[in-house]
Amino acid sequence: MKHILEFEKPIINLKEKIVELKKFTSESELDLTEEITTLEKRLAELEEDVYGNLKPWDRVQMARHPERPTTMDYVEEIFTSFIEFHGDRYFGDDEAIIAGIAYYHDQPVTVIGHQRGKDTKENIRRNFGMPHPEGYRKALRHMKQAEKFNRPIICFIDTKGAYPGKAAEERGQSEAIAKNLMEMAGLTVPIICIVIGEGGSGGALALGVGDRLHMLENSTYSVISPEGAAALLWKDSRQAKRAAETMKITAYDLKDLHVIDQIIPEARGGAHRDVKQQAEYIDLVIKQSLEQLSSYTKDELLEKRWEKYKVIGEFE
Amino acid sequence: MAKFMFSKRKKYATIPSEHSKVDVPEGLMQKCDKCHKIFYRKEMKKTLNVCPNCGYHHPLKAWDRIEDLFDEGTFKEWDKQLTSVNPLDFPDYEEKIKKDRQKTGLNEGIITGEGLINGQATSVAVMDSSFRMGSMGSAIGEKITRAIENAREASLPFIIFTASGGARMQEGVLSLMQMAKTSVAIKRFSDSGGLMISIMTHPTTGGVSASFASLGDYNFAEPGALIGFAGRRIIEQTIREKLPEDFQTAEFQLKHGQLDRIVPREEMKDLLTTLLEMHQKGRNDA
Ligand SMILES: [Zn+2]
Repeated sequence: MKHILEFEKPIINLKEKIVELKKFTSESELDLTEEITTLEKRLAELEEDVYGNLKPWDRVQMARHPERPTTMDYVEEIFTSFIEFHGDRYFGDDEAIIAGIAYYHDQPVTVIGHQRGKDTKENIRRNFGMPHPEGYRKALRHMKQAEKFNRPIICFIDTKGAYPGKAAEERGQSEAIAKNLMEMAGLTVPIICIVIGEGGSGGALALGVGDRLHMLENSTYSVISPEGAAALLWKDSRQAKRAAETMKITAYDLKDLHVIDQIIPEARGGAHRDVKQQAEYIDLVIKQSLEQLSSYTKDELLEKRWEKYKVIGEFE
Repeated sequence: MAKFMFSKRKKYATIPSEHSKVDVPEGLMQKCDKCHKIFYRKEMKKTLNVCPNCGYHHPLKAWDRIEDLFDEGTFKEWDKQLTSVNPLDFPDYEEKIKKDRQKTGLNEGIITGEGLINGQATSVAVMDSSFRMGSMGSAIGEKITRAIENAREASLPFIIFTASGGARMQEGVLSLMQMAKTSVAIKRFSDSGGLMISIMTHPTTGGVSASFASLGDYNFAEPGALIGFAGRRIIEQTIREKLPEDFQTAEFQLKHGQLDRIVPREEMKDLLTTLLEMHQKGRNDA
């Protein structure tokens, strides 16, 4: 594990100590088995205590973890024969979003997701997973195609937000996002949306209108980044930790606010610790969702989608 | 650009309503925010807060716009009492809402309802940026959604005047989700053949710009209005370059193909009347 988060340090230290003692035992006459057993028990308790009580800010760190699996990682684990297709047919190909078709357990589906890079070079190519309008238009083109060929749509949400740039504004960032929201509302195939990392504002939502919205346990979904909220609310971006708590951005918060359907559990210590296991957890939820949705007629699907969104919000 | 050709509009008598009482005149004179020339408040009221000298469009209160647009005594308000709660238990949010209610005489930053514009029946939603900068929370999302549903059920056109800095931070992700909620309602309305006209007034930014404001069959804007998704400062910080003066103005958006027209305030009622008539006629002839 190259990247260690602050709150994980006691766990890592203890793990290292156990490794040391084991090495020492094997190399010397001294038998430390009893001490090792005690420490391993303590490690289990410590892990339970730390990972079982993550604070919102800890989850933000998890969601932003440099090794956190991306859309492509899950595509490789969950689907077969994925074929990526490029371009919006108007302006260009935005690599901050990937889109294509694949088999999901023998069923053809359309898969779309934000795509971050694994290193600096890839991140520059993919603009750190922050789309321009052409990314959203590419996504919509594939959604329309999915509808034509009666394929369910799986969307992976993982972006800090739509890119705040000059060219993005000139090419209609607002219109591109708005159009996706409206068109996704009317697609006559099942749409399953899963937040796998950061769900940042309208740029995330533009892939996020559907029949099911799930979140990984340590992902976040918010109207503004904690840093942005802190700057706006308290004129101090260093209060991001406080903002992460106040703004209610974790999967648990969103479940309480009746915005999401399910919280998908994560591998102990975060999705990056075991991509295969994480993919299995996600697979299970996609399967359940598709089973439920496949029994609806097209009209029922749209009616239920409307009923889902109609009730979001609190007022009096 | 060819100007929308109409004679100077007739003055329609407006409703001397209870609403205008909230605005205590701050004196006889009013200074233009742009050219700083001073005018009689009466004169500025006649031009609907447009500077007689430089044409600058000052913000217009929602009720003033409604009284100007709708035929006397025809406007019926919907969901007047609907207002915000504090879903995130956000510190001081309730107090802020309370204060703005007293300040503006509104229960939220939007008025919805139906009435006649030169005899043409229509529904309308008018945002008011003097209430929490027109920011969109659950109450505004709900009022817009209900208005669109009412319009769909009664086969009325839906006109929306937007004026909003975007999401309401204090309602967090629920505010974000209002973008989705209103868009789903618009899709239903549009699929039923409904006519939607969006008029973006200063400012229309963030989540409002990236949802219903951009989803009209016709998207208009008032001259000089600020319209865009991301804020100027954030963009300048991100791309590390100074943005041109006209960046994200209505004129900029028109140039980049994002608007159907820019419509000066004094021409608005005539344009809406003609549009409503044309679509009604299209319906009757079908
Ligand atoms: Zn002036």
